[in-house]
Amino acid sequence: MSGTVITVTSGKGGVGKTTTTANIAAALAADGAKVVCIDADIGLRNLDVVLGLENRIVYDIVHVVEGAAKLKQAMIRDKRLPHLFLIPAAQTRDKSAVAPSDMIRICDELRAEFDYIMLDSPAGIERGFRNALAPSNRVVIVTNPEVSAVRDADRIIGLVESEQKGPPSLIINRIKPEMVKRGDMLSIDDVLDVLAIDLIGVVPEDEQIVIGSNRGNPVALDEKSRSGQAFRNIARRIKGEQVPFMDLDKQDGFFSRLGKLIRPGG
Amino acid sequence: MTNFFRRLTGRSQPPSKDVARDRLKLVLIHDRTDVSPAIIENIKDEIITVISKHVDIDRDGVEIKLQQEDNENRLVADIPILKSPRRRAR
Repeated sequence: MSGTVITVTSGKGGVGKTTTTANIAAALAADGAKVVCIDADIGLRNLDVVLGLENRIVYDIVHVVEGAAKLKQAMIRDKRLPHLFLIPAAQTRDKSAVAPSDMIRICDELRAEFDYIMLDSPAGIERGFRNALAPSNRVVIVTNPEVSAVRDADRIIGLVESEQKGPPSLIINRIKPEMVKRGDMLSIDDVLDVLAIDLIGVVPEDEQIVIGSNRGNPVALDEKSRSGQAFRNIARRIKGEQVPFMDLDKQDGFFSRLGKLIRPGG
Repeated sequence: MTNFFRRLTGRSQPPSKDVARDRLKLVLIHDRTDVSPAIIENIKDEIITVISKHVDIDRDGVEIKLQQEDNENRLVADIPILKSPRRRAR
């Protein structure tokens, strides 16, 4: 087996990289793939809490890099999905504790055993981002339909291409269809017009994401959630399936909720 | 639909997303070429100095812009020459 290393990055912080990583990983694993996520945000670890695995951490990636633990010892198995694993970031160290060559070595070892290795990149364009980019086979850029996030995404696209890791694909996260309709939010077409890269997913703003994070349950595992459906669609596209984009204009009103009770999924 | 509401609410400004898109496009041209508006101003001043040595130009009408066409970025200069029937002696 030779797994694919997928780097999830954005430039700007707070656009939903960690949530996206957790949900795509969960959706891929729920579909039968063997998946390991690596939290590359050393010093600001979060993927563990989003996945609800924070209480199981004994060793982290810095222990592995420094030889204090074997890779297998640092891998935490998900409590719901037997094919999903997490390698957490260290919380008390900083980005300089890991080098791009360490990430390449770790990912090479993991490729033999996993279908997908998902790297959650930290915000920024410094060492942590370089670490997450170095072993990558495929880069997914997360952005929000806002000027600051789109501008940073453009910068990241340039850096990814200059490192010969492109072309990256784009996820537009936290889109609010009613604001787009009003003309007060960049539409999918506006963002694609500006960035000129391939779209791999659009995720609507959804309270369920916050609720899922609160509980440590990724929404991708919630059959009824719209954003969960969006993440499941992205996972299928990553596997090479052709999946049409969701109709975001469909309002989540009373009738559509009723419809969902009868016919789950979107 | 949007236009109708805009007229109804008396808003004459363009939708904020259009403003966002146009501002983004402009700022990205500068980001991508690593040419800041300040550099453009410097280029403009220097071009004015050089060209004025040889031709009388309308200094206030000079425009230097970064433009993007498909995958090409180009620097476009528009330099109006002052109308004069005869070459002035220095």
